[in-house]
Amino acid sequence: MESFDRRAGELLSDDDRVGLLRQMLLMRAVEERGNALYKQGKIPGSFYDGRGQEAVSVGATWALSGADPVCSPLIRDLGAHLVKGTDLTQIFQHYMGRENALSHGREGNVHFGDKGVGVVGMVSMLPDMMVVATGLAMAYRMRAEQRCALTFFGDGATSRGDWHEAMNWAGLDRLPVIFLMECNQLAYSTPSARQFARDPIERAAAYGVHATTVDGNDVEAVFVAAHDARERALAGDGPTLIEAQTFRMHGHGAHDDARYVDPGLIAEWAARDPIDRYSARLTERGLDVTGLAEDVAAEVAEAVAVALTAPMPDPATATEGVFCTSAPAGEQLGRGAERWSGFAAMAQRLPSAAAA
Amino acid sequence: MAVRTYLQAISDGLREEMRSDERVFVMGEDVGAFGGAFKVTDGLLEEFGAARVRDTPIAEAGIVGTAVGAALAGLRPVCEMQFGDFVACGFDQLVNVAGKMHYRLGLAVPLTVRLPVGGGFSGGPFHSQNPEAWFMHAPGLKVVAPSTPADAKGLLAAAIRDPNPVIFLEHKHLYRRVKGEVPEAALPTPMTARIARPGEDLSVFAYGAMVHTALEAVSELEADVEVVDLRSLVPLDEEAILASVRKTSKALVLDEANATCAAGAQVAALIADRAFEDLDGPVRRLATPDVPIPFSPPLEQAVLPGTTRVKEAIRELLDY
Repeated sequence: MESFDRRAGELLSDDDRVGLLRQMLLMRAVEERGNALYKQGKIPGSFYDGRGQEAVSVGATWALSGADPVCSPLIRDLGAHLVKGTDLTQIFQHYMGRENALSHGREGNVHFGDKGVGVVGMVSMLPDMMVVATGLAMAYRMRAEQRCALTFFGDGATSRGDWHEAMNWAGLDRLPVIFLMECNQLAYSTPSARQFARDPIERAAAYGVHATTVDGNDVEAVFVAAHDARERALAGDGPTLIEAQTFRMHGHGAHDDARYVDPGLIAEWAARDPIDRYSARLTERGLDVTGLAEDVAAEVAEAVAVALTAPMPDPATATEGVFCTSAPAGEQLGRGAERWSGFAAMAQRLPSAAAA
Repeated sequence: MAVRTYLQAISDGLREEMRSDERVFVMGEDVGAFGGAFKVTDGLLEEFGAARVRDTPIAEAGIVGTAVGAALAGLRPVCEMQFGDFVACGFDQLVNVAGKMHYRLGLAVPLTVRLPVGGGFSGGPFHSQNPEAWFMHAPGLKVVAPSTPADAKGLLAAAIRDPNPVIFLEHKHLYRRVKGEVPEAALPTPMTARIARPGEDLSVFAYGAMVHTALEAVSELEADVEVVDLRSLVPLDEEAILASVRKTSKALVLDEANATCAAGAQVAALIADRAFEDLDGPVRRLATPDVPIPFSPPLEQAVLPGTTRVKEAIRELLDY
């Protein structure tokens, strides 16, 4: 932990720190509102959140440049979308199955991407998108571009073949890809102990993939690990697996009361809440973060108010768009407006934080 | 026009697309120095180098999945499955990732997957299948199946230039057996049906190797039979099928694939649904029964539709 603290001190400005906290607060606020909208019947299907895991997707995505894609954030990784800059109103419209620019109602939950900012949406067959991310990295290597792909997966996903194919492939060709393992201890109801005999860290080494473990509830530690993995990737030193140790605080989805989880374990991890810890740390550092939660709440309220006025999709469009009818002009995955996803770009993105 | 084999035509098509578009590259098992299990990629490594002619690990999900990533990044990957049967290992990446990508997320996946398919030479249960129906049933994938060298080259160009994932079925039994004139220019063949032999009395619908089986059978009969080469299964040229049936009033549909839910079943259903009034007999189908393809020659010949059975079916339907 000490080395992560030291590296964070070298890399992060106070603007970054406030930005990291703000994005974690935003993720929690969006998901709390999402759960409420689900209970009100305004979100169909179910609702999936990443409560207690906010530091993982926010911290890792903060380390990316605007040109580095995320492929793909999973259902606990809303923070990756938020750091990349996807519009909140569109996210709520998507959640509610209303007409929206991200999925046009063809998808729900955190199953969305935003090509304009370089985010490819997930599929439910985990960890398929690890292989796709490896392919993005392969293309960047072929074109000699200084870019790296970030992909997320959970502990359960390490049991499937695509995990092994992606790790082997990326290790073999030393591709610029970051494999971020969100070890939240549970694959739906199955604990990690019933998932594998060997820790994925050990297995990564066998594939020639550099591996490291971080406290997934420490946003700066996750950031530093992702930052260093990116540096390694761009230097040609190949892929990195980051094992972020965290815990799933809610059920698999809003329909799941998680009665199979030991309440003692939940209490233990609640005391390590990434947002509470980081707020205390920044306050201790002398930063004023008292207004952030209120700002974020107002942002969410405004987005929801607009989203609730959006129309439902036209049923006549349900069969449209199965095939692409015109060749995409140039690269499809945009780089967003910023040179960086979050890191070092805070002064432009958050004038209020810069002034703080 | 040069006379080329079906295999040479595919090889020429790949080379020309790679020459004209630097985004195009090939990847697969043993496609580099070895030139592929059937030598389709022979010589490409020497001309284009290892970055664009990529030998991969034996990992079909890896091949298809990384190709999806490369396609999203703006490249035009052409994947070779060493045998079409092996695509089962990459099925999920095609059906759940590539096929649904544009509908769900608005992202195009310009990807071509070449499948050497078909039986007739004792390949046994894992080297003889015709898996096209798996993919016809999965939204978002195009499926093409050329029968001639000219169409093999032209449909490959069309597949590579298409902004969607395209399953390209190349029949192994045609590789060196079929020759024909192939245009020098790289002209894409439209994904529509073609009249392989015009006729008035009965229509035979086929694709891939079965087109040749049909033509051979018809040549041995004293009858004016039309043979329609479907060429593309998704999209399916419904109007061409219906126009032929309206002309002849009788339809025989051939598949080398297993019968249940095969491409031919779709064709038969289409005719029953939209050309019922034009029919002067039942829509007949001839396909491989629902068994794995057996190894031993007499067993394999017993299940694959051959000219004898096609002739019998045509005669019976003509007499109806």
